[in-house]
Amino acid sequence: MTTTDSSTTPRAPKGKRRIGDVVFGNTARGSGILILAILAGVAAFLIIQSFDALSANTANFLTTTEWDANTDADEEPAFGVAALAFGTVLAAALALVIATPIAVGIALFIAYYAPRRLASLLGYIVDLLAAIPSVVYGLWGIGYLVQELTPFYQWLSDYLGWIPLFAGPISTTGRTMMSAGIVLAVMILPIITAISRDVFLQVPRGHREAALALGATRWEMIRMAVLPFGRPGVIGGAMLGLGRALGETMAVAMILSPALIISPHLLQSGNQTIAAHIALQYPEATGHGVSALIAAGLVLFAITLVVNMAARYVVARRKEFSE
Amino acid sequence: MTTTTNKPSTGAPGDGPDIADRSLLTGSLPRYFAPALLAGVAAVVAGLLFVSGSFGLPLFAIGTVVAYTVLITLASARVENGRKAKDRLVTTVVYTCFGLAMVPLLSLLWTVLSMGIERLDGYFLSVSMSGVTPTMDAGGVYHAIVGTIAITLFASLISIPIGLMTAIYLVEYGRGRLKKAITFFVDVMTGIPSIVAGLFVVALWMMFFGPGNTNGAAGAVALSVLMIPVVVRSSEEMLQLVPTQLREASYALGVPKWLTIVKVVLPTAIAGITTGIMLAIARVIGETAPLVLTAGSSAVAINWDLFNGQMMSLPVFIYSQVRMGDAINYERAWAAALTLILIVMLLFFVARLVSRFFAPKLGR
Repeated sequence: MTTTDSSTTPRAPKGKRRIGDVVFGNTARGSGILILAILAGVAAFLIIQSFDALSANTANFLTTTEWDANTDADEEPAFGVAALAFGTVLAAALALVIATPIAVGIALFIAYYAPRRLASLLGYIVDLLAAIPSVVYGLWGIGYLVQELTPFYQWLSDYLGWIPLFAGPISTTGRTMMSAGIVLAVMILPIITAISRDVFLQVPRGHREAALALGATRWEMIRMAVLPFGRPGVIGGAMLGLGRALGETMAVAMILSPALIISPHLLQSGNQTIAAHIALQYPEATGHGVSALIAAGLVLFAITLVVNMAARYVVARRKEFSE
Repeated sequence: MTTTTNKPSTGAPGDGPDIADRSLLTGSLPRYFAPALLAGVAAVVAGLLFVSGSFGLPLFAIGTVVAYTVLITLASARVENGRKAKDRLVTTVVYTCFGLAMVPLLSLLWTVLSMGIERLDGYFLSVSMSGVTPTMDAGGVYHAIVGTIAITLFASLISIPIGLMTAIYLVEYGRGRLKKAITFFVDVMTGIPSIVAGLFVVALWMMFFGPGNTNGAAGAVALSVLMIPVVVRSSEEMLQLVPTQLREASYALGVPKWLTIVKVVLPTAIAGITTGIMLAIARVIGETAPLVLTAGSSAVAINWDLFNGQMMSLPVFIYSQVRMGDAINYERAWAAALTLILIVMLLFFVARLVSRFFAPKLGR
């Protein structure tokens, strides 16, 4: 990587070091190092400030479901992230399950089905979904979508209620995990689509034309040439989407009617995610409250960090193969 | 080439008539069949729904798509063959996926437009919520617009120099482990949840200014944590597009490296960099969670001072109105959402125009 870069970027002629060069070059390097420092700072400050509450906590932070952290100085706080972590993973997984197949379909549509001239415009329209602020998604979800979805939930619960996920009685307000998951799915659709589309377009022309020349239909060409080649890209894109869904705050905070329980019933109110819990609890936090919320944020930071690094690794590996 | 194509017919003459029977044109549905079938199915489904008295747009769309998918697959399986039927099935599914993505986009834009337009007028944009009780039929978003502009500008002031200089380092100077580390961690930084950025600033401010200290500057710092990686990514891409020959020509004339970057590389890439920065601004201007934690969510008066007192912003305004939950609050929230969407769309649109009209003329 480094060797190719130094060959394309020519070195300035050797000579005496000009003062301007030294200042400019060091400023540039300093900015880069500053970014590393900021990231290290994020981790360091979260750890330092969460220490206070974690050391006062009387319950096991990782296995407790209650959140009793807003205590006075003489009381003992007891809180844990078990329910929150479960809710976070459930919401993100639900969003991923809904969004990934649709995103792959859209990526295929833009890459291989849509008319050539329209393709970039259509890609731009899908990107518009990413431009809409999350708080507007939340408003749309709570102010419009949940009412529209309630009859559908009723139907789902009537016919598929024997599956625990869809068990009734359904929430009459529609402010459920299912609604939150659907809105999250819409929000992560553009990123999965963008990355899958890029990888699909990288499929060597020869592979595709060979398949078509052998008489394959378009679907057979996609199944034999495009999908095997693009699979790591789709997985990487889905994981980036997962990372975004895990950290998304507003849509969940506004839509979900929260409860700190571990419940698999998507159509009933309950569950809560880490991010939404922080946003909702922060204004009322007293005592060890803020510090405890920072500890929850640290858990979220760790989860998203692992997911994102794994996703980057998968996508980068594909890039190495295709170049 | 010719020999290979001829081989089957010459090698196995018995297949001759069979191949002629299955020529490319027989046994395939005519081109107009698919659109005609779609129109027909739509008409029939609409008719049935009207007769049964349960017409609704979602039901109509679902009914049409399902019926069309089944019919086109069956028709193709009967007239063409199994493989083509599968191909048509997948084609329908892929088109449906795209249509499915358009549903929330159009529904959201339409809902925000129709609900927001009622309250969005000169009055709403020009007054604050100062002295307005939550249920009173008055008040506007002026203070939130002020806050959004102040916080976003300050965040840009922090992020653009850092982001741009880092991109210059990565493209023009960087080599070795430091470059690899920065590239990797900028990627990691793009994935930081916005609420964690907010908590980081909360922790930072707690350490330096004591607890409960919320002001606009804290919000701006939180936003710049989210904005810097986006600026780095887009600027880096644009700088890499600058042709190496331009740099070489400049060096050949004896221009120092830093002047080459400032006078040759940056002007060439400036359109793309501007576009990237505007898109980054459009991204952070709608951020809510970090501002709720750092800039406060209860300011009602106009406040231009970033370093003193809580500061409202458009996204936080929407959020806090929804939390209040009355009909009038929702009206305000919808109108503010429309304002916010218009600002974001404007940024997007201008960014596109900039990249189209001010793109470098490389003399192709």
